[in-house]
Amino acid sequence: MKHLRSIDELGRDGLVRLLDLTNHMVEVNRRPVPKVPALRGRTVVSLFFEDSTRTRLSFETAAKRLSADTMTFSVSTSSVNKGESLRDTVETITDMGVDAFVVRHKSTGIPWQISNWTNASVVNAGDGWHQHPTQALVDCFTVREALGKERFDGLTITIVGDIKHSRVARSNVTAFNMLGAKVVLVAPPTLLPPDVSHWPVEVSYKLDDVLESTDILYMLRLQSERMSQGHVPNLREYAESYGLDAARVAKLPPHAVIMHPGPMNRGVEMLIDPSSLPNSLIHRQVANGVSVRMAVLFDLLAGESSAANLAQVAS
Amino acid sequence: MSADDVRRAITRIAHEILERGQGSERLAIVGLQRGGAWLADAIGAAINNIEPQSKVPVGYIDVSMHRDDIGLRPVVPGAISSINFAVDDTTVVLVDDVLYTGRTVRAALEGINTYGRPRAVQLAVLVDRGHRELPIRPDYVGKNLPTSLDDDVKATAEGVVITAKVAR
Repeated sequence: MKHLRSIDELGRDGLVRLLDLTNHMVEVNRRPVPKVPALRGRTVVSLFFEDSTRTRLSFETAAKRLSADTMTFSVSTSSVNKGESLRDTVETITDMGVDAFVVRHKSTGIPWQISNWTNASVVNAGDGWHQHPTQALVDCFTVREALGKERFDGLTITIVGDIKHSRVARSNVTAFNMLGAKVVLVAPPTLLPPDVSHWPVEVSYKLDDVLESTDILYMLRLQSERMSQGHVPNLREYAESYGLDAARVAKLPPHAVIMHPGPMNRGVEMLIDPSSLPNSLIHRQVANGVSVRMAVLFDLLAGESSAANLAQVAS
Repeated sequence: MSADDVRRAITRIAHEILERGQGSERLAIVGLQRGGAWLADAIGAAINNIEPQSKVPVGYIDVSMHRDDIGLRPVVPGAISSINFAVDDTTVVLVDDVLYTGRTVRAALEGINTYGRPRAVQLAVLVDRGHRELPIRPDYVGKNLPTSLDDDVKATAEGVVITAKVAR
């Protein structure tokens, strides 16, 4: 595997391979010294044009635990402010000899564009509304860990909220489906993509109708920063219809678990404190983030030497 | 080597480990995934058989993240490290089926340090087939088997077999 840009590109076999590899990384993270020399001499640069806490920090921690060197590019202090183009920025960093770009950008397709401009591997850490493959890997691994199942056959996963603007939903629908789960989307019509008829999902507009048959309730963040038009009348009405409160939690089957990719809007989609829920997997999602991203970086970078990369660039 | 030879060699190695360590106190056995795992179990069982009051812990280490030829060999999903005891201040006996270039053992020596600092590390192998590429020597050997580089050596509880390497 050269790049990780979407779940479709990864495929079912690749998905399972990375989830299996994550078990090794979980064990490494449990050691008294959680660091292995697997990627010694490799350099990983994080190129984030959008804000991030957990994705960027977990990628950097992952790279460091595998002994790779890390560089962080922060847009606000870079030559992008002097008008340097994305292409020139990528080519400049490539010339310094890097093995992987971890990219987040507000525009769809930027990771594919970047892979045309560099010989390094490209990892998509979120491109617009499009894809966030490592989040889908984290969520699949977390479900596997919590339920002790390798396949999700017979499970109903309900994804609630701002589907339209959600790259997490797009990656997760594909990944959950690849592992055999039934996926139900719940959102007001204004927060669904214009056409989901070709998605492998069922759609409902009423959260209360589907709670009883839900095994995994996946709450999405209402992305106010991407709301250009009035998608919801107001936040209170949204919370009333789609927010998770104690009454809705009580309607879930006893074995059901609750997930959220973070960051949470408390008082909007989350009306109760998730730390008070015994069946919340939200902390496991964050904890597994480092191990999953170690597996991704290891799979992309182990074996392929950075010197060869530099030579290719030079030639 | 027949199955009986293997069984006798394991018993002898267990005796040697106890003799050298003057008992089983602060002793731990760590098998190298995957070939050394069954042998670590067998040596651990033999030790606990000889000294029934002893409880020597057995762990397994997967060294793929520590190899110097990393990426050239695939990581095996099943072969996950599992060392559920503190290695600090214990004598760790690394166990592998076949000792060849010594590179796997070098990786294991590095790997064991991520779990702590053992008092001493020793090496037990069922077969030493020679052709070392690093300054590593075993403390306990089942059998020295001179081989050619073209041989494949398979060591299981059923015996040790040398075959001509299959062309790849």
